[in-house]
Amino acid sequence: MSALWGLLRKEMLHILRDRRTLVVLILMPIVEVLLFGFSIRTDVTDVRLAIVDPAPDAATLALRNRFAAGALFHTVAVLSRHDDLEPMFQTDAIQLAVEFPPNFARTLARGGAAQVHVITDATEPNSGTARQNYVAAVIDAYQQSLPAPTGSVRIVPSVRARFNPTLASSNLFVPGLLAFVLNIIAALMTALSLTREKETGTMEALLVSPLRPWQIIVGKVAPYLAIGFIGVLAVLVEASVVFHVPIRGSVTLLLAEGTLFILVALSIGILVSARTSSQRVAMMGAMLGTMLPTQMLSGFIFPIESMPRVLQWITLIVPARWFVTIARGIMLKGVGIGYLATETLVLAVMALVLLVASTRSFSVRLE
Amino acid sequence: MSDEVAIHASGLTRTFGAFTAVDHISFDVGAGEVFGFLGANGAGKTTAIRMLTGLLAPSAGEATVAGHDVYRETEAIKRDIGYMSQRFSLYDDLTVRENIRLYGGIYDLTDATIRERTQRILSRLGLQHVENTLVHAIPLGWKQKLALSVALLHEPRIVFLDEPTSGVDPITRRQFWELIYEASHGGTTVLVTTHYMDEAEYCDRVSIMVAGRIAAIGTPAELERTHGVESIDELFVQLARNDPNARGAAGGGGAAA
Repeated sequence: MSALWGLLRKEMLHILRDRRTLVVLILMPIVEVLLFGFSIRTDVTDVRLAIVDPAPDAATLALRNRFAAGALFHTVAVLSRHDDLEPMFQTDAIQLAVEFPPNFARTLARGGAAQVHVITDATEPNSGTARQNYVAAVIDAYQQSLPAPTGSVRIVPSVRARFNPTLASSNLFVPGLLAFVLNIIAALMTALSLTREKETGTMEALLVSPLRPWQIIVGKVAPYLAIGFIGVLAVLVEASVVFHVPIRGSVTLLLAEGTLFILVALSIGILVSARTSSQRVAMMGAMLGTMLPTQMLSGFIFPIESMPRVLQWITLIVPARWFVTIARGIMLKGVGIGYLATETLVLAVMALVLLVASTRSFSVRLE
Repeated sequence: MSDEVAIHASGLTRTFGAFTAVDHISFDVGAGEVFGFLGANGAGKTTAIRMLTGLLAPSAGEATVAGHDVYRETEAIKRDIGYMSQRFSLYDDLTVRENIRLYGGIYDLTDATIRERTQRILSRLGLQHVENTLVHAIPLGWKQKLALSVALLHEPRIVFLDEPTSGVDPITRRQFWELIYEASHGGTTVLVTTHYMDEAEYCDRVSIMVAGRIAAIGTPAELERTHGVESIDELFVQLARNDPNARGAAGGGGAAA
């Protein structure tokens, strides 16, 4: 037992002495939460707006007032000619333009379809769509305020705006971020630390010693299990303090499921390191094997329901997919183990299979 | 040198696919002997050592190390041997003292024993002033001597040294060999691979491996006499020329210089 303790202490010394990596490991989850929290937001504010209104009338003025009233739009210019828009878009002076045709009020009054041209800078498609939706919402609101004499007042085909508040996007990303962080710490760091020992030749010294393979593995990965656990706690605390993401279910259950997922990630890390003896290859392997599927195929960012059928099948073997479902269930819906039995079982089986496979792959090297 | 056999190999073979790295080698090493394992790069020295230390399963043949069978009793072998690889086995980001302590713990030595032997090693090597220095900051020669001392820390019956002196200056090599002799006088059997042919003369007996086979074996003086050569270096080049794979011949001769 003292041999194992010595190994663990040595691994902690490696981690503590590698200051840069340590700082990255600690700061990364914290920074990621902030980055995702503030950047994965589809709502936009303070849109720079230009109005093209060649023949102002009562209706266009009323709409212009509505645009000016909210905090969303900031009217930069009111133009009379469409042609003046182009340079303003090009210089980024405006992000959005609303162009009224002449005789706007008259067309409206007659009950005809009054066209409004909404032009948006769509270099970033998501923000572009969001701006269009905001415009549609403003016009829609104006339309509803009008007396509806003919019953069919139409300005533009209305697009319902879903104002996506900060909270909703944070709620969505935090469970996925947990999986992401755990993959980096558990899978990537484990693979790196094991292959580093192969690169430097110290692994041979451990293998010819009386240490058992399981002792070497535990001694190498246990510290990363601990760091992974701290990472989970940090993400959860930060998410609830900064972004008020709720944890409606049991925290204990969430941490237990997190530990299960860490075991899966650690095993993948060990498997990757068994296949290579170079840190560079191990890094690529861990990224391809865990981080990429976690990002793309777990439902973390892209909804699984909208993927092609084949990709949906592939997500079934991505551990993060199950963990994200579990974490969302516990955090957002507040459900207990009873509702997550299938997901937990799948994750447990994955952990078992991968642990056995990784321990075996490690022993095979002793041959 | 006693009559007791520390290492016994008979027909020991290892193949990797169609390639035979070690081809039916047979030899005995007596307890307390310094046995030199010579050969060009790729001659099969390291593969042979990996089989004897339990890192690699033999494809055929028999071998015992410290009386333990290499197929079935690798765990027992591991307790009785020390090992130092070409790339020495110390951790660069641990201090001298921490490295000694780690290996002491791995071999289940008590804290008191570890402390006592740490002092002994530090004073023997004159490294007291760097005991709390990270290993990557001390000179290569010191590292190598320290790595040997660490391999001997648990006082193994047999120590395997795989090209321990490569890349070291001649003075350090001499000091290194003094350490090897000390261990040997203390009763430890030493199996050392090298491609410095002058080091062959320091060994009690040597074997020269060519293309996975033992091409010559005996005391340095015996070998020089029976093959009618001036030095082991000359014999080595002669044998390496006959290597059907010939790949190692030039390299071996060059390394011997």
